[in-house]
Amino acid sequence: MMLLSGDPPRGRVLSALLIVIVLALALTPFLFPGAKAMNVAAKICIFAALVASYDLLLGYTGTVSFAHTMFYGIGSYALAIALYGMGPTWSAVAVGLVVGLPVAAMLALGIGLFSLRVQAIFFAMITLAVASAFLVLASQLSWLTGGEDGRSFRLPELLRPGTVLLSKDTLGFEINGRTLTYYIVFAASGAMILALLRIVNSPFGRVLQAIRENPFRAEALGYRTVFHLTYANCISALVAACAGVLNALWLRYAGPDTSLSFSIMIDILLMVVIGGMGTIYGAILGATIFILAQNYLQALMGAASRAAGEIGLPLLPGLLHPDRWLLWLGLLFIASVYFFPTGIVGRLRAPAK
Amino acid sequence: MSDMLTLRGVHTHIGRYHILHGVDFTVPEGQTTMLLGRNGAGKTTTLRTIMGLSPPSAGEIDFAGASIGGWATPDIAMRGVGYVPETMAVFSDLTVKENLVLAARSGPFDPTRLEWIFGFFPPLKKFWLSRAGSLSGGQKQMLSIARAIVEPRRLLLIDEPTKGLAPAIVMALIECLAEIKRSGATILLVEQNFRVAEAIGDTVAVMDNGAIVHRGAMAALSGDGALQERLLGLSLEAHQ
Amino acid sequence: MTDATAGGEALPKPPLDIVPLLLPVILALAMIPLIGSASTWVTLTVASLAMGMMIFIMASGLTLVFGLMDVLNFGHGAFIAVGAYVATLILLPMAAWVQADSLWQNLAAVTPAVLLAMAVTGALGLVFERVLIRPVYGQHLKQILITMGGLIVAEQGLYALWGPQIIPLPLPAALRGSFIFGDIAIAKYRLLAMLVGLTVFVVTMLVLNRTRLGLLIRAGVENREMVEALGYRIRRLFLGVFMAGSALAGLGGVMWSLYREQVHASIGNELMILVFIVVIIGGLGSVTGCFIGAVLVAMVANYGGFLLPKLALISDILLMVAILMWRPRGLYAVTNR
Repeated sequence: MMLLSGDPPRGRVLSALLIVIVLALALTPFLFPGAKAMNVAAKICIFAALVASYDLLLGYTGTVSFAHTMFYGIGSYALAIALYGMGPTWSAVAVGLVVGLPVAAMLALGIGLFSLRVQAIFFAMITLAVASAFLVLASQLSWLTGGEDGRSFRLPELLRPGTVLLSKDTLGFEINGRTLTYYIVFAASGAMILALLRIVNSPFGRVLQAIRENPFRAEALGYRTVFHLTYANCISALVAACAGVLNALWLRYAGPDTSLSFSIMIDILLMVVIGGMGTIYGAILGATIFILAQNYLQALMGAASRAAGEIGLPLLPGLLHPDRWLLWLGLLFIASVYFFPTGIVGRLRAPAK
Repeated sequence: MSDMLTLRGVHTHIGRYHILHGVDFTVPEGQTTMLLGRNGAGKTTTLRTIMGLSPPSAGEIDFAGASIGGWATPDIAMRGVGYVPETMAVFSDLTVKENLVLAARSGPFDPTRLEWIFGFFPPLKKFWLSRAGSLSGGQKQMLSIARAIVEPRRLLLIDEPTKGLAPAIVMALIECLAEIKRSGATILLVEQNFRVAEAIGDTVAVMDNGAIVHRGAMAALSGDGALQERLLGLSLEAHQ
Repeated sequence: MTDATAGGEALPKPPLDIVPLLLPVILALAMIPLIGSASTWVTLTVASLAMGMMIFIMASGLTLVFGLMDVLNFGHGAFIAVGAYVATLILLPMAAWVQADSLWQNLAAVTPAVLLAMAVTGALGLVFERVLIRPVYGQHLKQILITMGGLIVAEQGLYALWGPQIIPLPLPAALRGSFIFGDIAIAKYRLLAMLVGLTVFVVTMLVLNRTRLGLLIRAGVENREMVEALGYRIRRLFLGVFMAGSALAGLGGVMWSLYREQVHASIGNELMILVFIVVIIGGLGSVTGCFIGAVLVAMVANYGGFLLPKLALISDILLMVAILMWRPRGLYAVTNR
């Protein structure tokens, strides 16, 4: 209860699902040691944290930002550029963190002060514009970012796959630098999610919800809404940047497509809405379902598409093509906004006592 | 004399708030009915409910032989209701003329009627082609009323026309309302100013806490100081 | 008419706010010494105006819809892309006419393509409004999310129908090339784009200021409830404006694709960001502001691209920040929302 900040999942099915997910993620290196499974698991961890940080904004304050990938990208690029420029040392990792995180926070502060005083719709448009400009910058300033190709880099010795920490003979499976990296990702993501859970259940989190429900009333009660929203925006940006660092750490690469592109922003939106806005737990569920679907549903769709093609049905092969999976998720997204605005978690969760 | 408008047990919710708790009253045809009551009693909400802007959650509203509870606002308006909201709601970006063009639903203006209106609202003629936003408060009120009467309507809903206006203008406005009344119009008038109510009201309904607490002839209320004190004490003090 | 009965006297009008109108002119003149060459300046200015007009065509519907109904359609970009793709349905099969050396044959191919594109995007607007937006009136958060979802689905639908590859869309033969005046060359297509954009602007302004429909739209921007209380079905009015705005986005999409001589679903996203910036700069709901904003954005992009290519990457954002510092609600603040 302490760990969950007095805000447990509530609901047997939901608790069971979350336990299964967390256990599966914790044991992935032993249960599914393949490279693909590890990649999927790491991505779930990273996105769960990223989506949770977005939920702090969307679900708890009701503000739509399209700049979340920008902060994610800043984290990724900070680590990548530092390790690329300074070589695979721990001090480079530290430099990446010390530079990247404050940059993200300052930028969030700037955007917040500039545009949060006006209404939500304005903020959404401005963040969209700023994020797209940032994406263009990142892909054009090749001397710094490597342009469209991005930056590949080498990790410090300890975290490389070749570093065997415990050989297969001792426990029956090998623990190497890659395994260690995975656990860093897992632990850091977990810590961020728990920290966010703490934040939304703190008095600050309650003020945010009061602002979401009725900004005028909150203002009348003496809460400075701009200050609170900007503060939430900064926290959210910081966590997103941390998730970005983990992303780069896992991929050993940072580029526009993996950390900045607009399609990642759309993925985040889909995950948070399908999982459940304003719950934090929704982020874990949303990220898990979405990324599993992304990696395994597509194969299924490919098979269905081929089958439809062989029977000679019109249009269906195109609609079921594996690349069109976003079409179906988009429809699911619209349906969830209408019919389950609180997402899967909202459905499974018992009301608070 | 038949009743133009009848409300029976009307309840209205706005968001989570229950504003009207069973409102019952009638507006007889050809008369001016005053809707009085303290601030927050639900008078404006009653007018908005009749107009369909805050639809009723229960109860019946009969207007000119039709049950209009739950109708869309434009349909209610087309049935013959003219509405002068508390905020006047003149279209400030449009000229005086354009405001009235929009209000004249059935086509070009009737020149005699327009002259009749200009007769008691001369500034509208004077500033015919000026932006409504540049008019003074009293002139905006005139425009708002003119919009409601530019064509004959079965019923006029007028919400606190004298609010915030200088006493001289209030007196002129009473004259105009009396003139409109003489033309045979049926009016439901919300008013805080008791003297205005006395001057033009035929019947009266008094509201408190979202329900009608008194109905009767205006003259009877006018002559009964104790009743006034009991029903309207606070609002009277505020205005005298 | 009753005009004759009215006295001639009028209240002083509020001073006309012309500073924003002068901005593009000042900017263009200020660039002459910086650019140096007259012919380059003319080329850049014409390019700016042409690009600005195309963006204006796409943005005008969005800003009106917002002003009238407080709905910001994040799916607006989908209409731009759909318009472009639909036009290929006619332009590609009729490639022989498009490439024919006769203006009339060119027009006989382009005109139906444009009309079909506008009809389809207008109809799509109807579906969008009915299915997606109507249930979430007044709820900004859901509006943003739902229209975003609409954008995703529409974009994926385009990929499913046409495939992900870029479709080349050559300009009609008669619109290629330039008019030459001395050492100044003005591309024919840019001239046409300017002409179409100006026409859209003038017609929009005429409709808004001279017709009953326009009066209703302006009145509706100011006070929706009162328009309804006068007996007008504002929902129907709104639907009409929404469809017209969608059709204009489709027109803009066709024009832009011909300008770039290629069609791809990503232009929806790409242009939507420009369109948003223009709408913010102009002041949400203002058609005039939108017009000036579009020209300004295009000028900054073209002049900036020539003078400081690196800076041009974020020039729109810098312009937006500068304008919002000066006027936090955009050039012309129309609504109080």
